[in-house]
Amino acid sequence: MVKEEQELANRPDNTAFTQQRLPAWQPMLSAGIVIPGFVIIGLAFIGIGVALFVTSHSIQVLELDYTGVENTEPCYRCSDPSSKNCVCTLEFSIDSLFEGPVFFYYGLTNYFQNYRKYGASRDDNQLSGDLDYFKSPGNDCAPYQYNSNNKPIVPCGAIANSMFNDTFKLYQIIRGSKKLVPFDGKGIAWWTDYNIKYRNPSVTPLKNAFNDTVKPLFWSKPAYELDPTDPANNGFINQDFLVWMRRAALPDFRKLYRRITEGDYAKGLPAGNYSLEIAYNYPVMSFDGRKKVVLSNVSWMGGKNEFLGIAYLVIGSLCVVMSIVMLIVYAKFKFPEED
Amino acid sequence: MSFFGMDCVRKKERELERKLRANDREYNLSFKYATNAIKTSKYNFFTFLPLNLFEQFQRIANAYFMFLLVLQVIPQISSLSWFTTVVPLVLVLSVTAAKDATDDINRHRSDNQVNNRKAEVLIDRKLRSEKWMNVQVGDIIKLENNQFVTADLLLLSSSEPLNLVYIETAELDGETNLKVKQALTVTGDLGDDIEKLADFNGEVRCEPPNNRLDRFTGTLTYAGQKYPLDNEKILLRGCTLRNTEWCFGLVLFGGPETKLMQNCGKSTFKRTSIDRLMNVLVLCIFGFLAIMYKMATKLPSLPSSHSGPYVIILNTVVPISLYVSVEIIRLGNSFYIDWDRKMYYARNDTPAEARTTTLNEELGQIKYVFSDKTGTLTQNIMTFNKCSINGKSYGEVYDYTGQRLEITEHTDTVDFSFNQLADPRFVFHDHALVEAVKLENPEVHAFFRLLALCHTVMAEEKKEGEIFYQAQSPDEGALVTAARNFGFVFRSRTPDSVSIMEMGKQCSYELLAILDFNNVRKRMSVIVRSPEGKLSLYCKDHLNEFAGEGLRTLVLAYKDLDEEYFNQWQQRHHEASTDLDDRESKLDQLYEEIEKDLLLLGATAIEDKLQDGVPQTIEQLSKADIKIWVLTGDKQETAENIGYSCNLLQEEMNEVFIVSGNSPEDVRQELRNARTSMKPDAVEDSVFLPERTLGKSVKVLTDEVVNGEYGLVINGHSLAYALEHSMELEFLRTACMCKAVICCRVTPLQKAQVVQLVKKYKQAVTLAIGDGANDVSMIKAAHIGVGISGQEGMQAVLSSDYSFAQFRFLQRLLLVHGRWSYLRMCKFLRYFFYKNFTFTFVHFWYAFFCGFSAQTVYDEWFITLYNLMYTALPVLGMSLFDQDVNDVWSFQHPQLYVPGQLNLYFSKKAFFKCALHSVYSSLVLFFIPYLAMCNTVRDDGKDVADYQSFALLTQTCLLFAVSIQLSFEMTYWTAVNTFFVLGSLAMYFAVTFTMYSNGMFLMLPSAFPFIGAARNSLNQPNVWLTILLTSILCVLPVVTYRFLLIQLCPTINDKVMFKVRQAKATPPPPTRRTRIRRTSSRRSGYAFSHAQGYGDLVTSGRFLRRPAVSRSSGFTHIGRTTTGFSPMGRSAGYSPTGRLQNAKVPDVEVTSLQMYRTIKDPAL
Repeated sequence: MVKEEQELANRPDNTAFTQQRLPAWQPMLSAGIVIPGFVIIGLAFIGIGVALFVTSHSIQVLELDYTGVENTEPCYRCSDPSSKNCVCTLEFSIDSLFEGPVFFYYGLTNYFQNYRKYGASRDDNQLSGDLDYFKSPGNDCAPYQYNSNNKPIVPCGAIANSMFNDTFKLYQIIRGSKKLVPFDGKGIAWWTDYNIKYRNPSVTPLKNAFNDTVKPLFWSKPAYELDPTDPANNGFINQDFLVWMRRAALPDFRKLYRRITEGDYAKGLPAGNYSLEIAYNYPVMSFDGRKKVVLSNVSWMGGKNEFLGIAYLVIGSLCVVMSIVMLIVYAKFKFPEED
Repeated sequence: MSFFGMDCVRKKERELERKLRANDREYNLSFKYATNAIKTSKYNFFTFLPLNLFEQFQRIANAYFMFLLVLQVIPQISSLSWFTTVVPLVLVLSVTAAKDATDDINRHRSDNQVNNRKAEVLIDRKLRSEKWMNVQVGDIIKLENNQFVTADLLLLSSSEPLNLVYIETAELDGETNLKVKQALTVTGDLGDDIEKLADFNGEVRCEPPNNRLDRFTGTLTYAGQKYPLDNEKILLRGCTLRNTEWCFGLVLFGGPETKLMQNCGKSTFKRTSIDRLMNVLVLCIFGFLAIMYKMATKLPSLPSSHSGPYVIILNTVVPISLYVSVEIIRLGNSFYIDWDRKMYYARNDTPAEARTTTLNEELGQIKYVFSDKTGTLTQNIMTFNKCSINGKSYGEVYDYTGQRLEITEHTDTVDFSFNQLADPRFVFHDHALVEAVKLENPEVHAFFRLLALCHTVMAEEKKEGEIFYQAQSPDEGALVTAARNFGFVFRSRTPDSVSIMEMGKQCSYELLAILDFNNVRKRMSVIVRSPEGKLSLYCKDHLNEFAGEGLRTLVLAYKDLDEEYFNQWQQRHHEASTDLDDRESKLDQLYEEIEKDLLLLGATAIEDKLQDGVPQTIEQLSKADIKIWVLTGDKQETAENIGYSCNLLQEEMNEVFIVSGNSPEDVRQELRNARTSMKPDAVEDSVFLPERTLGKSVKVLTDEVVNGEYGLVINGHSLAYALEHSMELEFLRTACMCKAVICCRVTPLQKAQVVQLVKKYKQAVTLAIGDGANDVSMIKAAHIGVGISGQEGMQAVLSSDYSFAQFRFLQRLLLVHGRWSYLRMCKFLRYFFYKNFTFTFVHFWYAFFCGFSAQTVYDEWFITLYNLMYTALPVLGMSLFDQDVNDVWSFQHPQLYVPGQLNLYFSKKAFFKCALHSVYSSLVLFFIPYLAMCNTVRDDGKDVADYQSFALLTQTCLLFAVSIQLSFEMTYWTAVNTFFVLGSLAMYFAVTFTMYSNGMFLMLPSAFPFIGAARNSLNQPNVWLTILLTSILCVLPVVTYRFLLIQLCPTINDKVMFKVRQAKATPPPPTRRTRIRRTSSRRSGYAFSHAQGYGDLVTSGRFLRRPAVSRSSGFTHIGRTTTGFSPMGRSAGYSPTGRLQNAKVPDVEVTSLQMYRTIKDPAL
């Protein structure tokens, strides 16, 4: 026996793996699986689609373009790049209660925040409060790395430099007088951005950290003075700055500016006339961009988006139709069973 | 561009003539001849790295990646970090290098093994055991029985009478009979006297090293005399010494200069058609990128610096991981071959071996199989197992009901114990014959007496009762052995007597004449005087075609001669044989005259034993639409018989054409005739081949009656013309119309030429299978070379890509392993291109929305890990485990093999389909998230349409979509596959959440900027709804399309899979009775390989004056030097030039006469 085994020293092992006999499930696209599968998927999709569509329909959105392209528009005069500190006012009315909480967005179109070099033009080390990078910002920031005097720019890079700087005030016009709608500017950025990703250097006062640096060329105020009303909302953790720095994926985007959650407007914006006062600073005409403000409320599925609901409905119905087509084909032609 | 090539360049001054002196190393060394060391390895320790890298960068893919790497290092255009390319590139290079290194180490090992074999060399007047590699030109070495010949030797002396040695040249030319070589008398006299041999100082001048096995010219100068040397005195490396106790030889050529090594053919780097297709595709993609680059630079709106980055981004279409995975899959599938127990041959403990690990998928595409005969289809054993004596047939076994039984290993055999001289290896099953012998039936006795007398076998009886026969052809040996076992033992012969033991009684017959075999008469006779003084003629005659029945046997007959008549005949014979002109025809007339009015004794049938399962295998392969061509060095009759017995040629065939013309015109005409009778309406002069004969669909081919089945047998000399440039197309067209082609008397070179011809004009994959050194060139020439292992010689195996012990394993190699490998590789490629095109095209769509800035859609980490981690294992799992149906069903439906031959699973068209599918998927993958995320926000009003969330969303959608797509590709879900697919998805989430975590960001802020993206977007219902929608939408059309396709026009695979499903799990035991018509009484495996024997040698005393006209090929050499064609071996009787083939140089003739004179001396 031993001898025999020795003689067969080269005999391969008899395992399911080496002999390619591993137990396996061999599914096949048979009519019994495919047709009911399509029906089930179709019905499920139609269900989801209806829910999405209804939800999306209940969301209220109000969009106001204030770029001022046409000379009839209120902000036309401000759109001239030479005008400084220009303020314009936009009047609009709401027919029925705009249910709260209402979110106030600013929107830009034809604005390529997703441009590769633009997106790379930042220094995450600097933005996380590393003082070494205050003195020598990363090369990615170029040409917004140093100013003409070779002083480091903080925050450096193109994204920070191009920060949106229009400001808005919303008034409800009640019997001819303007009533300021209070804005809530806290907590509009991601928690992780505010707490982890962006940090100010632990220097007090914050201003000292920015010694020997210059503010971005486009900015009117240095980073540590972005919000004069709230000292904690300055530097890299300024909410507006954080929102801007989270660059958009697509060339048309909107960014959260404020929430309307307080006082008389906690339940929403009542019907009536409103006036929007815009400090018009941000030039978009040079690249044929548009600026707008958007008032919107949200649901479990986020902001208003008709597409998703319709897509689910269409595809769900298509599935059902296809299942019928397949059933007909199957019944008519079947699988030729003869050999 | 191999090392050999470089060697050739280095060796500028070509050797014109070789001069050497025996036992004078100093003198011989001055010529710097190659020693006997051989080197097949490519690298050594120092040259490995530079040479290997140089070779690797010759591959298009590697060069392409190197180019990309260079692009990525330039910061201005780098859109991806350089490590995304360099890590995999280094990985690929090192894996390939490691593989090359192990291959080369193996070659070193086998070189070492051969180089370190021991040989007895005469050095300093003593025999010393030396390694082969230390043997030098001019050394005298001693060989013993059954040893391999060390180098190309000039035979000096031998232990056998007449200075004969017997050698087996199967390794060299595939011929199985023993050949005789004979030393010059002057050297033969040296014997084994070491002193004399050491004093031998003969000088040899001869031709320079060349690859012609059948020719040698040179002279030996010894003791002031010049002696011509020809091939008869040369022992070539690769032969084996048989039946010869010892011999001495003088080394003429060593190592790389031996004819064997010169004949080895060039090792070419083989690559599969898929490889070539991939190269084309890579080039196309590269060209596409280049055009994009050009266009981009022309577009005014785009700064030119943008196209460079796009080239880099789009390179993910052909990532390096593609090449890594392809190699891994091939390696895995090669291991399956090594591991397969059903290709393991227990009798000599030989498993199958995939010696090349890069050709697997091509095994699934074979269209032409070129097979050697001897040792591959047949066992090279001749057995006597049937005979007919006096009208009664013996050899079959019947049961008690009279039903014929199939003879198996378990059928009980005849007991020959009554005969002490019986050969124990001889097996016979029919007891009736022994009974007849024992009953002293006179016809039966005469029958065996004839077999014992009428032959040219020599006997050797070292010990009393232990007789060894040295037969010129194996079937002659089989006949004499049969006679021996039935009690008529041939014991010894002298030039004029034959001693046999007749039923235990010693008799000596006086041998008066041998009328030796030749190819015209196809018979041989002896005239003997019995101890009682009776004069008889015994004759055995090969009936070529008997009554049109194709019976191929030896017929035995005898007659008693009248003393007076014989004396007179002998007188005339003597006159005729001394006649100077027209000697041959006069002799033939004399032979014809005396071989008349014979009494028929019976007939014998010799079986050339087939290897196990050969007919079944051939039947299976031909069902798989594989065409089998047998290329054999054997004679036409033998080859044809084997063709019938192994089912290659069939009785049912409409016609079997035989091409044996002796002139170009004849051959052309024969080929034309064959073609017109197959296809009467064919356009005669359509010069170019119909692009493929593969145009027939599977259905048409199964309907064989309509098409007709034809066979073609072509002879070696006709083949030489057919392979000429002007006729090769004619030949190929005709041959390819036939179902089976047999080429006989083919030289190794012609074997390779035939293979190359098919390779050249047919876009088909070829496989060559053989066992001997004569098959090496063919094995190297074919796309796939298979060696039969486990036998003595290893030449074929060493140059093969796959090796196993039995021909029948070929069907498993092709129909199971090959088919699976091809299927897996194609599935892999289709899926891989799909997943990477999809991945890449999304970038393309995004380009329209990001100002063509080469912004990647995905996280850079995802790009790096996509091919390496997230999608690598699932697709590898599929490519290593997938099988549409299991092996049993693969055998039951050989037609499943056909799609591979037609390149259906992966071609340019399939590639294009993949790309289209990818375009669709990428559109879905980009625009669904785009539209779903456009202007939307989180459920708390915050941002979710930011770049990072969008990137995360698209990449997650992509991963789901490709994973689901993979599960639709997979037809064989093992636990491993499930684990890989689900594990990869889980891995994706684990890695993503880790990389987007606070901790990673705090460690390296600039490397992990995506912090929080996963947490902030993957908790949104609309994100998940988008993922669901995208994934489903990607696969729905595919499922619909496939379902409808299966219903409307199912492929063979669908049908079989459906059948399997119906048969549920395990298929019914394949009760398929093999309908092999082996028992067909007419065309059986009975072969006839009789050739001219040693008649003139053994009786040289008598027929001294008869010159050696048309003797057996072991002695004759013909050649058509102009075309380089040189039929070898047993081609006696034919001459392509139509001239008498015995074109020996006159002075050589003189020596052979001298030789005969010397053996007149009755020492024999």
